[in-house]
Amino acid sequence: MGIRFVVMVNKQGQTHLAQYYEYLNLDERRALEAEIVRKFTDCGLAPWIWLMVGGLAVNNAFFWMCSFVEHRNNKVVYRRYASLFFLVGVDNEENELGILEFIHLLVETMDRHFGNVCELDIMFHLEKAQEMVMSGCVVETSKANILSPIQLMEKAL
Amino acid sequence: MNPFSSGTRLRDMIRVIRACKTAAEERAVVRKECASIRAAISENDQDYRHRNLAKLMFIHMLGYPTHFGQMECLKLIASPGFPEKRIGYLGLMLLLDERQEVLMLVTNSIKQDLNHTNQYIVGLALCALGNICSAEMARDLAPEVERLLQFRDPNIRKKAALCSIRIIKKVPDLAENFINPAASLLKEKHHGVLLTGVQLCTDMCNVSSEAHEHFKKKCIDGLVKVLKDLTNSPYAPEYDISGISDPFLHIRLLKLLRVLGQGDADASDIMNDILAQVATKTESNKNAGNAILYQCVVTIMSIEDNGGLRVLAVNILGRFLSSRDNNIRYVALNMLMKAIALDSQAVQRHRVTILECVKDSDASIRKRALELIYLLVNENNVKSLTKELIDYLEVTDPDFKEDLTAKICSIVEKFSPEKLWYIDQMLKVLSEAGNCVKDDVWHALIVVITNAPNLHGYTVRSLYKAVQTAGDQETLVRVAVWCIGEYGELLVSNTGVLDVEDPITVTEADALDVVETAIGNPSSDLTTRAMCLVASLKLSSHFPSCSKRVSDIVRHHKGSLVLELQQRAIEFNSIIEKHGKIRSTLVERMPVLDEATFSGRRAGSMPPSVSTSQGALPKIPNGVAKPTSAPLVDLLDFSSDDIPVPGGSGGDFLQDLLGVDISPSISQVTSGTQKSGTDVLLDLLSIGTPPAQNPSTLDILLPSQDIKSPVDVLTKLASPSPSAQTSTPVGSSSMLDLLDDFGTTLSLPETNGPTYPAIIAFESSSLKVTFNFSKEPGNPQTTLIEARFTNKSPNVYSNFVFQAAVPKFLQLHLDPASSNTLPANSNDSITQKLRVSNSQHGKKSLVMRLRINYKVNDKDVLEEGQINNFPRDL
Repeated sequence: MGIRFVVMVNKQGQTHLAQYYEYLNLDERRALEAEIVRKFTDCGLAPWIWLMVGGLAVNNAFFWMCSFVEHRNNKVVYRRYASLFFLVGVDNEENELGILEFIHLLVETMDRHFGNVCELDIMFHLEKAQEMVMSGCVVETSKANILSPIQLMEKAL
Repeated sequence: MNPFSSGTRLRDMIRVIRACKTAAEERAVVRKECASIRAAISENDQDYRHRNLAKLMFIHMLGYPTHFGQMECLKLIASPGFPEKRIGYLGLMLLLDERQEVLMLVTNSIKQDLNHTNQYIVGLALCALGNICSAEMARDLAPEVERLLQFRDPNIRKKAALCSIRIIKKVPDLAENFINPAASLLKEKHHGVLLTGVQLCTDMCNVSSEAHEHFKKKCIDGLVKVLKDLTNSPYAPEYDISGISDPFLHIRLLKLLRVLGQGDADASDIMNDILAQVATKTESNKNAGNAILYQCVVTIMSIEDNGGLRVLAVNILGRFLSSRDNNIRYVALNMLMKAIALDSQAVQRHRVTILECVKDSDASIRKRALELIYLLVNENNVKSLTKELIDYLEVTDPDFKEDLTAKICSIVEKFSPEKLWYIDQMLKVLSEAGNCVKDDVWHALIVVITNAPNLHGYTVRSLYKAVQTAGDQETLVRVAVWCIGEYGELLVSNTGVLDVEDPITVTEADALDVVETAIGNPSSDLTTRAMCLVASLKLSSHFPSCSKRVSDIVRHHKGSLVLELQQRAIEFNSIIEKHGKIRSTLVERMPVLDEATFSGRRAGSMPPSVSTSQGALPKIPNGVAKPTSAPLVDLLDFSSDDIPVPGGSGGDFLQDLLGVDISPSISQVTSGTQKSGTDVLLDLLSIGTPPAQNPSTLDILLPSQDIKSPVDVLTKLASPSPSAQTSTPVGSSSMLDLLDDFGTTLSLPETNGPTYPAIIAFESSSLKVTFNFSKEPGNPQTTLIEARFTNKSPNVYSNFVFQAAVPKFLQLHLDPASSNTLPANSNDSITQKLRVSNSQHGKKSLVMRLRINYKVNDKDVLEEGQINNFPRDL
């Protein structure tokens, strides 16, 4: 199983979206999230370079910080968009650079869907993120293909 | 109908929760919401069910318990409408997991939905199944999923493919049903389906060797062609990511090729060309391109190869290493670590760049690079690499220092070409990062120093110089103090000057200054201070001019609140004042420690010795907590063991022991230089011990040297310390012989089998059962138990029957009892032998239930009990 979890947290460390693809009980999840967030805040992630990509304030890459953190037996690949951290836990076999690209795709897709994505959108529509990852694997990589069924569903409602 | 638009209450709730300033406030809001949701559930509220569930999901994500909503999910899934089903499935995936029994209830709903006419509902069901499927569900629903692999709509096909991955992971036996449909997915044109199909094949190869063979035979050519088309494909906006067509598919394909090519030269041959093409053609200025290159390198490294490709791969990694992007450098370092096993020469070429990465500001990269460098060190490059690392040690962050120091020490120990170099490097490390050095490292350093007599003078002078500038590094101070104590006269007399040294002039008073500063430094810990006391005692003998100062120092600590220091100070004081004659003999130089024995102990017996010494620690009477690596310290006999002073009853015993004729050829530890009690004890304890087990016995015994009375030590040896007992039966018996000389004041355990202590297995007001244990030699699983029964009442017990029961992992055999009548007020008058075999020996300890029947005054009595207090390791 490549992807173990996808978690979105904001700068305050509040979880906005969490999807786990392997079993962890509530306490373990909370501990895991808190631990990872602490790791990041410890790193002293200032100062930022802000880039505008697709209407999003994006900190494109951490030129001085590697986007991979080893955590227990997982690797956590993360990317920061405005005040949101996208954290993807993967196993050791997974291609880290690929996952980094995947996070970007995920965000771009949401951006296209919501027009201009912000924290609240994601929180209200988390069910739509389901189209991209399933059972720890990437389902679809074309934005159009991801969005067409979602739009159809919206119409159906 | 949209669950999120039918009211604004979910939004409201999120807003309220987000507005909370403190965690307590948040908890209060959540509690209130949960209460109202519970109320709605119990009223069976139809209209707001989906909204409540949506709220619950949010609450669940915040980390609060939401189990009460699980049944609501099932109800929503069973309802006919799409929006309800959708929320229901979402809830199912978030709130439930495969371990919950509720899940069984949903199997049927999912089955119906998989056969639904609306493909979106089928999609929902597949999605949920793919995320939470359990083994039972997998068995039940596999045929449906298999059928859906050929569904007309690609969205369903790809979801079915991922669902199949979950199913074969849960139940690998089902894999063979999926081989053919999976293979046909590889011919798809639709990227999404192809992607999931490739993933499915990769996972099937991992769980089923049959599938592996099948794909190897049938599919490699096809896969190579797909990859070729993909690489050469024209611009496709739909899948384009920064100029590269679908990197995700690239990566997946390369992964599958890797699985197929591993250990198969023919298969590897077929894919050589395309791999070379991908490796050379992919652009590396974008992350997506680098991701593909990286995966390509991983594949090349794992398949069987003709050599040419590997060179290409290592070159790509070299390019990655010089990249400015940290992520790329990180994966390159990771990959080089694997490559080192295949071709260390090629990796060595990048040594300089890797060394630069050790100095990077990024913690992840530093760590990786350091590990890689550690693997790269060999006899030829150790000097230059160590120099670089030590130079870097001066400027590194404090939190990286510990890792770096540990690695440097390990490198220096492993590859040092000569002792002078070793000592030099270690001194540099100690003065830079002495506080990060582990105890065993500086212990090892001292062993090396003692073994290099021609360097004693040089070492002590270097240490003296170092300690002037880096007096805050505790371990440096310890080593310096020890060396000054031992070799102080070489420091002052400048003997054995090497060519490389600058001459220095040190007076006796200067040398003593170092010790005095260290002992007076408030940040010095107990070990350091104790070492200082010993050193000053030694100096008082070597430097007569300073003996006044030494006795001042010693006297100053006579009032120390730390027991250890106080005791030493008092003892040393009496040596100085009363026993001037024997003082010089007492404080002679330490015997040379055998390096081979030491490193053997360090490598082999460290972990067990730590555990056994912990067992003995609590018994140390003066309550000084020692570090767990105490055995080493004790072996060296400087930190916590003073030179024992004959005096008091303990001393008398020692004298007695000395009188016992000990054969002279016992131990190399005492080379006869020091007739101190400790060494005699060591001698004693190694008598009769089989040589091979020498270290382990010493481990157990050494921590107890603090005990002033040797009798204690000996009784400790004979008392229940399992490993000592089992490993040295000969030793303990000879010890007992020795002890016989002391008369009968010693309370010793049973002489016939002191392996395990007897336990009271059962005790009531009228009856007591004790168990004695013994082991059959060569059969650790089996324990022989001798049960003894004691009648505490004034009545005779007749028809006495003892029964015992054990759990399945044990086997019990009961021998007949010696009698069935237990006389009144008798002790141990009935004995009965039991034999227990423990099939989980070492993992589980014994448990037993027992039942005793007997007649008292013609009345039947039944007593029952459970025994849980068996000694461990039986």
